[in-house]
Amino acid sequence: MEWRDDGMILGCRRHGETSTILEVMTAAHGRHLGLVRGGRSRRMQPLLQPGNRVELVWRARLDEHLGLFQVEPLELHAARLMASAAAVHGIQLLAAHLRLLPERDPHPALYETMCVVTRHLDEPGIAGSLMARFELAVLEELGFGLDLSRCALTGEREGLAFVSPKTGRAVTREAGQPWADKLLPLPEFLGSRSRAEGDAGGLAEAFGLTGYFLHRNVYEPRGIEAPDSRAGFLSALARALAKGENAA
Amino acid sequence: MSKSIAGPEIERLIQLLAKVPGLGPRSARRAALYLIKKKEQLFEPLTAAMAEAVEKVRVCSVCGNVDTIDPCTICIDPRRDAATLIVVEDVADLWALERAAAMNVRYHVLGGTLSPLDGIGPDDLNISGLVSRVAEGGISEIILAVNATVEGQTTAHYITDQMGDMGVKVTRLAHGVPVGGELDYLDEGTLAAALKSRTAFD
Repeated sequence: MEWRDDGMILGCRRHGETSTILEVMTAAHGRHLGLVRGGRSRRMQPLLQPGNRVELVWRARLDEHLGLFQVEPLELHAARLMASAAAVHGIQLLAAHLRLLPERDPHPALYETMCVVTRHLDEPGIAGSLMARFELAVLEELGFGLDLSRCALTGEREGLAFVSPKTGRAVTREAGQPWADKLLPLPEFLGSRSRAEGDAGGLAEAFGLTGYFLHRNVYEPRGIEAPDSRAGFLSALARALAKGENAA
Repeated sequence: MSKSIAGPEIERLIQLLAKVPGLGPRSARRAALYLIKKKEQLFEPLTAAMAEAVEKVRVCSVCGNVDTIDPCTICIDPRRDAATLIVVEDVADLWALERAAAMNVRYHVLGGTLSPLDGIGPDDLNISGLVSRVAEGGISEIILAVNATVEGQTTAHYITDQMGDMGVKVTRLAHGVPVGGELDYLDEGTLAAALKSRTAFD
């Protein structure tokens, strides 16, 4: 068995004295593990860091085997990301979200989104908005996608301001006003046609929204807690945004 | 089933030696044979030294270093600067920094790094011990000498958060070109970090 694909490194674990077991998110083969011989060498260690995009060749005698990876660099983001607290927590959070997906199950759209998020993880203003969209994409891929394209009551596409915690469908401000205290706020930047970035308040609402559905549909049924990296990312992001505002 | 070529005691010695880092089954067999041949000069003193070490080695309750006394030799050395603390992942890193002999300070061993993949969280590391040491006062600078990996730096950022309003200066080791390193062979990230942290050439 052999394939060649692009992938983003999610993590690696020591195996013996010289090798590592590499975990990558690939474009066409989903989240995949494989052994890298000599992965603990000085030459390979900078390459095998989470956040680096690499070209992979996977070889195994049988499909169900762990197999061997041959790794070549494409885009090395890890060293740049290490300087930012939000970025290092962010890369761990991306990996934690992707570990919710089954191994070897292709999710090309999620891979593309992950690549975009990783490129901007050390830019707090953009990173928060992209991560919130990534969490929506994860929910979508897991089968719990929210419908933020139009109002569930009126069908309107503009003025969406709330999301129903039961159905995950958006509602306009006017239509949702009578139940405002029971609905989840939808920040403007997550609206269907919006390409804008969220401010601190909008990001808090966005992560409150995705956090609610992740907890209800994913973490609670599986009996797991939200990853520590999520709290780490949110607090680092809040600090970075506050610092940016103070500097401005 | 493979035939045994020595008694069970020797086979067990070989099996245990093979678990030592750097030794495999074949090299363990060579080492065992060498020890047996040098019974009086090496084997007996080695077993005595190992037995004594097993009995006396303990983890320092202050810094997490290993020594035969608690607190360890480094923690009770009055000639070391008590106001600066170097935080390392492992005892091996402490020994490496001591070999460098660049600073005469004290240490704090975390016992690993935050690693979601291996299920290691803040409670599994000696971070609370570090916070207690700083809270006791007398420390003005913490140098985070963790590995330049994403996991190492996540741990460093976590510790920096914990030190938030404790009034200590938190610094980290520089990232850049190693001595003897050729630029052509360095990854782009290391080169970018080295350029960012460039210093004036006097």
